[in-house]
Amino acid sequence: MATLARLQARSSTVGNQYYFRNSVVDPFRKKENDAAVKIQSWFRGCQVRAYIRHLNRIVTIIQKWWRSFLGRKQYQLTVQIQRRWRGYRVRKYLFNYYYLKEYLKVVSETNDAIRKALEEFAEMKEREEKKANLEREEKKRDYQARKMHYLLSTKQIPGIYNSPFRKEPDPWELQLQKAKPLTHRRPKVKQKDSTSLTDWLACTSTRSFPRSEILPPINRKQCQGPFRDITEVLEQRYRPLEPTLRVAEPIDELKLAREELRREEWLQNVNDNMFLPFSSYHKNEKYIPSMHLSSKYGPVSYKEQFRSENPKKWICNKETSTAEAK
Amino acid sequence: MHLLTVDLWIPNGQAGVMSLLRTLLLDVVPTIQQTAALALGRLANYNDDLAEAVVKCDILPQLVYSLAEQNRFYKKAAAFVLRAVGKHSPQLAQAIVDCGALDTLVICLEDFDPGVKEAAAWALRYIARHNAELSQAVVDAGAVPLLVLCIQEPEIALKRIAASALSDIAKHSPELAQTVVDAGAVAHLAQMILNPDAKLKHQILSALSQVSKHSVDLAEMVVEAEIFPVVLTCLKDKDEYVKKNASTLIREIAKHTPELSQLVVNAGGVAAVIDCIGSCKGNTRLPGIMMLGYVAAHSENLAMAVIISKGVPQLSVCLSEEPEDHIKAAAAWALGQIGRHTPEHARAVAVTNTLPVLLSLYMSTESSEDLQVKSKKAIKNILQKCTYLPALEPFLYDAPPNILKHVVGQFSKVLPHDSKARRLFVTSGGLKKVQEIKAEPGSLLQEYINSINSCYPEEIVRYYSPGYSDTLLQRVDSYQPLNN
Repeated sequence: MATLARLQARSSTVGNQYYFRNSVVDPFRKKENDAAVKIQSWFRGCQVRAYIRHLNRIVTIIQKWWRSFLGRKQYQLTVQIQRRWRGYRVRKYLFNYYYLKEYLKVVSETNDAIRKALEEFAEMKEREEKKANLEREEKKRDYQARKMHYLLSTKQIPGIYNSPFRKEPDPWELQLQKAKPLTHRRPKVKQKDSTSLTDWLACTSTRSFPRSEILPPINRKQCQGPFRDITEVLEQRYRPLEPTLRVAEPIDELKLAREELRREEWLQNVNDNMFLPFSSYHKNEKYIPSMHLSSKYGPVSYKEQFRSENPKKWICNKETSTAEAK
Repeated sequence: MHLLTVDLWIPNGQAGVMSLLRTLLLDVVPTIQQTAALALGRLANYNDDLAEAVVKCDILPQLVYSLAEQNRFYKKAAAFVLRAVGKHSPQLAQAIVDCGALDTLVICLEDFDPGVKEAAAWALRYIARHNAELSQAVVDAGAVPLLVLCIQEPEIALKRIAASALSDIAKHSPELAQTVVDAGAVAHLAQMILNPDAKLKHQILSALSQVSKHSVDLAEMVVEAEIFPVVLTCLKDKDEYVKKNASTLIREIAKHTPELSQLVVNAGGVAAVIDCIGSCKGNTRLPGIMMLGYVAAHSENLAMAVIISKGVPQLSVCLSEEPEDHIKAAAAWALGQIGRHTPEHARAVAVTNTLPVLLSLYMSTESSEDLQVKSKKAIKNILQKCTYLPALEPFLYDAPPNILKHVVGQFSKVLPHDSKARRLFVTSGGLKKVQEIKAEPGSLLQEYINSINSCYPEEIVRYYSPGYSDTLLQRVDSYQPLNN
């Protein structure tokens, strides 16, 4: 019973003590609650983050694979386009096969045309040359015919080319008939030409005679006897002229020199007429008067030209005497 | 003075004759002066010792001094002396320039008489011929515009000499050629190509080729003067020198750039040159052959153009016929340039059977060094592109090892792809020959041989390998028949 009494005495304070003890723990409880909440929230956060990370990785892989697949498709399409374009470009611009073929065809056609043109040109040149040759031959024959005109046959005597045993006359005969006889050129006045230097410049050999090692054949019976050495003979025969000074001068040199002198002296003359010593040499000459003397009009007086006299105006009545009157 | 002839030349009495002639130059009578000058000229013309003697005896200043004031015959004779002295060597020509003769010669170029002009132009030509300094001296004296005027004169001889003088001036350097072009020579020269005189054409073509050889601009200027297609008619001329100079001119124009070669091809020049090569012999052909080589070297289209103009048969004819080594070398080089571009080109060259000829030239000991080098290069270039197997087969038999390598390489490239060729290779005995080739293991040749062998089944390779009959007999010996 005592404890009961004690307990009943304390019963009013039990309630307060109970409340008080519970409330003392409250802040700790709150604190611990908060702490627990915090820990839990952080842990949950970690979990979720891990989960999200995991998801991210998976998504990346999927996206990677998808994008690569897309890229490969794109690549194939692009490559196809580029391939077609590159083929076209090379064929059209860099190496156009058909253009090349055309070009080569054109080149070969030009070549043929040029070859033909050149052939024609060469032929033309040959024809011209042949024509020129023929003309030269003609001229030569004509000249020959003119020189041999005297061989023409007359009515009485047939000429060489018109033999009576032939059926028809030789062509030379006809040529002779056509040709005009050649007249000798009139001997030109021989001029002493000092322009022979141009010939000298062109001449390159000292001996202008034809030379041969053997003498021309003589159609007779062999001459007997020892003969001189051929080289000596040729040397003697073709020895160039070495005239002395006297011979080299012309033969009428004295006359020419006199003419020369006379010409020079003539230059110095004033008057061409020869001076004759005596007046009797001129007697037979008729005197020819000058123009003034031979006119019928006399000279005009000098005084009358310039002075006009009026006697009425004179002061004194006599004329002034001139110096000659005195 | 009519007595004076060149027979008076006595070796020991030179000095005496020179001083005698020198005194005669100062004579009162003009005919004596002219004759003395003429005698001096002919002496100097004959021999260069005499020309030196003329220079040593101080005759030149006297000549130059009296050139200015004498009549035309004296001028002609004095110019003849200067020409005769100047033609022998550069030192003598320098002596003439030193005594102030150039100015008087240029004054003579302005004279009325065409004979005087001709003599002066000839003297200037011989002086300018030797080297570039002397040409420069002639140009500095103001000769070029007067020479261009001389070209326009009606006398043919004067035209010839003036053209040759311009040619000799322009040949030394590009600046001199530019001077000639600046004086307006090219237009006049181009007009005169149509002149019928052969010697004149020869000089004009020579002048134009000397001008155009130096640079692209000069060549273009010559082309602008509209020489094509007139120049092609010169290729048909009867005179050999005209043909040679015409092909030289075309060669000098075509060698610079592909565009110029294109121009020549478009004008039909290639066909004309090929015909010209066909109608000449010897050295006259050489510029034409070189021109084809230059044209083909620029690009493969141009090489194809040469091929379709039937150039390759003509070149192979030249290669086989010509006796001279340098012409053969040029033909070999040209063929190499044509065949090196693509397999089509190589086939065109191989079809004409030139490759064996080239090989024999390379191998023969009588060929000069240059010919051997060029034929080797040509063979190499053609072989690297050649896929025409019938032409390659003879090479398997007689080629030296360095060429054999290339031949086998070509076979190894072609055979894997072409079955008909493989069959032909076996039946013609090529496979047998390949087996007989000894090559070091690991070398390129061995690799090629292996690749060829791999195109064929094992049995065939063994059948054709050397010593197969021996191995078979050995097997027969070692075979034990089944005892029944």
